[in-house]
Amino acid sequence: MIGGAFFCALALTFETPFTFMSLTRQDVEKIARLARLSITAAEMPVYVASLSSIVDFVHDLSRVETGDVEPMAHPLEGLSQRLREDVVSETDHHDKYQANAPEVQAGLYVVPRVIE
Amino acid sequence: MLHTLSIGELARRLNAGEISSVELTRHFLERIERLNPRLNAVITLTAESALIQAAAADRRRQAGERGRLLGIPLIHKDIFCTDGVRTSCGSRMLDNFIAPYDATIVGRLKAAGTVMLGKANMDEFAMGSSNETSYYGPVKNPWDITRVPGGSSGGSSAASAARLAPIATGTDTGGSIRQPAALTGVTGVKPTYGRVSRYGMIAFASSLDQAGVLARSAEDAAAVLAVMAGFDPRDSTSVDAPVPDYPALLEAPLRGLKIGLLREFFDGLESRNAGLIRDALKVYTSMGAETVEVSLPHLPLSVPTYYVVAPAECSSNLSRFDGVRYGYRCRQPKDLLDLYERSRGEGFGPEVKRRIMTGTYVLSAGYFDAYYLKAQKVRRLITDDFRRAFEKVDLVVGPTTPTPAFAIGAKVDDPVTMYLNDIYTIGANLAGLPGISAPCGFIDGLPVGMQLIGPHFSEEKLLSAAHQYQRATDWHLKTPGGFE
Repeated sequence: MIGGAFFCALALTFETPFTFMSLTRQDVEKIARLARLSITAAEMPVYVASLSSIVDFVHDLSRVETGDVEPMAHPLEGLSQRLREDVVSETDHHDKYQANAPEVQAGLYVVPRVIE
Repeated sequence: MLHTLSIGELARRLNAGEISSVELTRHFLERIERLNPRLNAVITLTAESALIQAAAADRRRQAGERGRLLGIPLIHKDIFCTDGVRTSCGSRMLDNFIAPYDATIVGRLKAAGTVMLGKANMDEFAMGSSNETSYYGPVKNPWDITRVPGGSSGGSSAASAARLAPIATGTDTGGSIRQPAALTGVTGVKPTYGRVSRYGMIAFASSLDQAGVLARSAEDAAAVLAVMAGFDPRDSTSVDAPVPDYPALLEAPLRGLKIGLLREFFDGLESRNAGLIRDALKVYTSMGAETVEVSLPHLPLSVPTYYVVAPAECSSNLSRFDGVRYGYRCRQPKDLLDLYERSRGEGFGPEVKRRIMTGTYVLSAGYFDAYYLKAQKVRRLITDDFRRAFEKVDLVVGPTTPTPAFAIGAKVDDPVTMYLNDIYTIGANLAGLPGISAPCGFIDGLPVGMQLIGPHFSEEKLLSAAHQYQRATDWHLKTPGGFE
């Protein structure tokens, strides 16, 4: 597998001790809660294993010396966010957009009761 | 054999009145109906509106209008919003979503007179390298239906390879145009970040996503990109710069072109694959190009960097799917939290959930600096490597993928192995660079792709280099058996 060759090269370039880390079931339950995802009990072991392997994999980055390198958030950094004139540019698409909603009433989106 | 012709030849026949767009459209609709059941490449067929659009294109032509794409059929990846047509993004979450507007590129191609035949299957929310994560089932590779067509634009690549349409649109976040193009023997272009509008293209990782095209040749792709590219005030990262006339620049001489051979791309590459790339380089040197070996020392880090940055952005972008305003809603939610959690848990497939959770983890308190900030720093090191290389060479060349198409199911249980498919393509996305994959030979009957990457806004150089290679070779003209 080509990845193997790549990461051998990586290990030679960046020599720092490798710390193995893994996520627990409790970790994954917490992440799922933060992400607002219901994960069934049957699915959980698969996510614990696969997320652990991904986290271990990306943990390789910790071996790279980055010093005071400026983080890069965007590939076109010279670009600044444009502003437009504060004038109406969109027409009303309320009905068309709401046609995709699971449940509406009197033009409002319906959700389970939040306030008793 | 209309499906074997280039866009230029089709336009010539349309202009000469030898065929009509309605006839051309019927030809491709018939092919889709007959051949798509073998491939599962097209998930929504819009036959009725296609014939209406074709008739309209014929009327425009009769009125004297001429255009490279007027009356030419195409298929849109189902990530692009198409007004009045289901736009599923390959997900149960959007299985019932009828887009209320057109993506900018859909609108531009429509205005140019293209005819939409349907929507292409894809990995769910463009997250995958094999088209196996789609809610609508895997797409099969026309060269061997037991193998994957690549992903995430796997429906687009299979449709293009099987000649179900002359053009298919795609998107590329980590290789999702170039990798499937390579695995199916077609030409795929990923433009510079900001070159093509992202408005109406369902977001995956906003600092990496870019729309592009898959076609049978660089010449055809150039004609399509010329229409897709350009400034769009509706996309805040769209770049306001003139678009070169790509088709007119295809013949620019390659004499003196400096091509960088990426050392890291050949480390451990299978010898037959490396041999095909070296054969392609000989074609270039025979045209007067020079080859220089270049090194991108941080490139091996591009996959782990990507698998922090892309999931982080995905977890943020996909938070909009809440079961309230559109998309899937679970049955009988007991409260609002239950509505959110079960709508998302049931509406998203396993790979999308895995990436949302990866992203949530790397952005969470206590891990942000170690993962997300670190990845952004390494992203700069990778980008700086490319910048230094382009001080010495005009473009770099290497393989598009480590291997030809693999078997359906072979990597589905091992996400990290699957992620390593994109080892050669991800760097261009992290640095925002344009790339192109063009067919350069076969291994055991399966197509192999060569990748060219250039500096920002060098699409015309990549297209002309690929085009002139395709004039000297005929790999791109090979058609899979059973789809002739």
